[in-house]
Amino acid sequence: MNKRQKFFAYPYGLWMTLFILLPILLVFLYSITSKDTNQIKTLRFTLDNYRKFFDPLYINVIIRSINLALISTFFCLVIGYPVAYIISTTNLKKRNTVLLLFILPMWMNMLLRTYAWMTILGNNGLINSFLNMLGLPSFRLLYNNTAIVIGMVYNFLPFMVLPIYTVLSKMDMKLVEASHDLGADHKTTFLRVIFPLSLPGVISGIIMVFMPAVSSFVIPRLLGGNRSLYIGTLIENLFLVTGDWHFGSSVAIIMMLIILASMSILNRFDVDKEGGAGLW
Amino acid sequence: MKDRIKKLYMSLVFVFLYAPIAVLVIYSFNDSTSRGTWGGFTLRWYAELLSDRDIKTALYYTVVVALLAASISTIVGTFTAIGLYSFNKMPKAIMLNLNYLPVVNPDVVTGLALMILYLSANMRLGFLSMLLSHITFDIPYVILAVLPKLKSMNKHITEAALDLGATPMYALRKIVIPEIMPGIITGFLIAFTLSIDDFVISFFTTGSGVTNLSIVIYSMARRGVKPTINALSTLMLGAVLILLFLINKRSSLIDEQKNNGGFI
Repeated sequence: MNKRQKFFAYPYGLWMTLFILLPILLVFLYSITSKDTNQIKTLRFTLDNYRKFFDPLYINVIIRSINLALISTFFCLVIGYPVAYIISTTNLKKRNTVLLLFILPMWMNMLLRTYAWMTILGNNGLINSFLNMLGLPSFRLLYNNTAIVIGMVYNFLPFMVLPIYTVLSKMDMKLVEASHDLGADHKTTFLRVIFPLSLPGVISGIIMVFMPAVSSFVIPRLLGGNRSLYIGTLIENLFLVTGDWHFGSSVAIIMMLIILASMSILNRFDVDKEGGAGLW
Repeated sequence: MKDRIKKLYMSLVFVFLYAPIAVLVIYSFNDSTSRGTWGGFTLRWYAELLSDRDIKTALYYTVVVALLAASISTIVGTFTAIGLYSFNKMPKAIMLNLNYLPVVNPDVVTGLALMILYLSANMRLGFLSMLLSHITFDIPYVILAVLPKLKSMNKHITEAALDLGATPMYALRKIVIPEIMPGIITGFLIAFTLSIDDFVISFFTTGSGVTNLSIVIYSMARRGVKPTINALSTLMLGAVLILLFLINKRSSLIDEQKNNGGFI
């Protein structure tokens, strides 16, 4: 193609520098300076913001967030894998409808989907009203970790199902037939042929669920209540309530590192199996 | 037997997926503020919703920002993709990886980073800052939608056009753009839906009375469950269904024309 067309990409190069690169650099700058003054010229270099983070209070926030994100990812995998498998074995005519029905809730605003669970789990929500009707006492279902996990599984389940489904539907069915011909039963075929072949989908599913789960602040805020501290809600608090940009920036950088680290670990898995490569 | 288990399992999953939505829709017609009781059918919440000024302003900003951001990012993204296509390997890889950053970065980080940028530049948070942020997170998706179409395009058609005396700009307008049109439209739709749905980045980068629907829902939900949100959900769900129906119709139209050997 024409060489002059290269210029078409230059404006966006400038845009990227201004709106993608510079903001991240500013976050980094704030994370390594002290909060004595808010004047850029007089910022003082310090690692206190990172040191502060190793307070057990904040370490617990990280552990809690990773823990809940892992639990949510686990449930998404356990619930989602059979779904992906069943959809991939449905006959072609019905498959698109099932797939559409499955994706449809994802088109609804995420806040509404989360809010819906507030109306179900709330103190005088659907479940508790039902229990009261039967003469049973109410339970505190909302504003705890279980509610957060339910909200995350509900919101992120499609992110697990779709990549697995894509891999499964592209799989060479002759391999499965060959396995049966060679005398393997259903269980062995699944464990030795189907599941290993679907691993790339499983890994991208895990990445796609874990990433938003660990960084979410809407779900923990709405379903976990005000007291629950999660990395996302901690960052929001630091920036919008306390106004402590310096410490907030260091937490944000740490969150970015957690996500990049978990992605590269999982990608390595994928590379070993597939021989492919990718930076992210 | 096995089919039965499969069907049962899928029905359970669908109940899990649709029950919350069904609850929202049903309660939007419930003439009672408590969710335990059914107070009869009413459209009260819809009436209340339509007279709510906050929601009307939010709806206005949501649509205006989504349309502007999607249009601008589609134009910028398409040109960038065309430009990137003729880049050398190294600069192209750098640009593409930088482009991926907003895609892989958590929304919270993107949002607060942009907020820091605006406030450091002494910019007031409001409509403009929200629009700029939306454009920033939309463009990467447009590029990702357009680039594959450029790659799969037959290069020789453009070369033929140039050999036959077309100026590069003419060839671009008459050959390249029509060829990659499906990618451009996909990019626009992705950008539009992302903008409509965005909460986190808007939440961090807006201010002074400018909100979108997600922010309104968030602040209402934080104050507790309110029947007007149910009504709003039902309306938004209806809008999504109509949109999906239109997109579906469009894509089946494309399929038909493809089968007939036609071009789009």
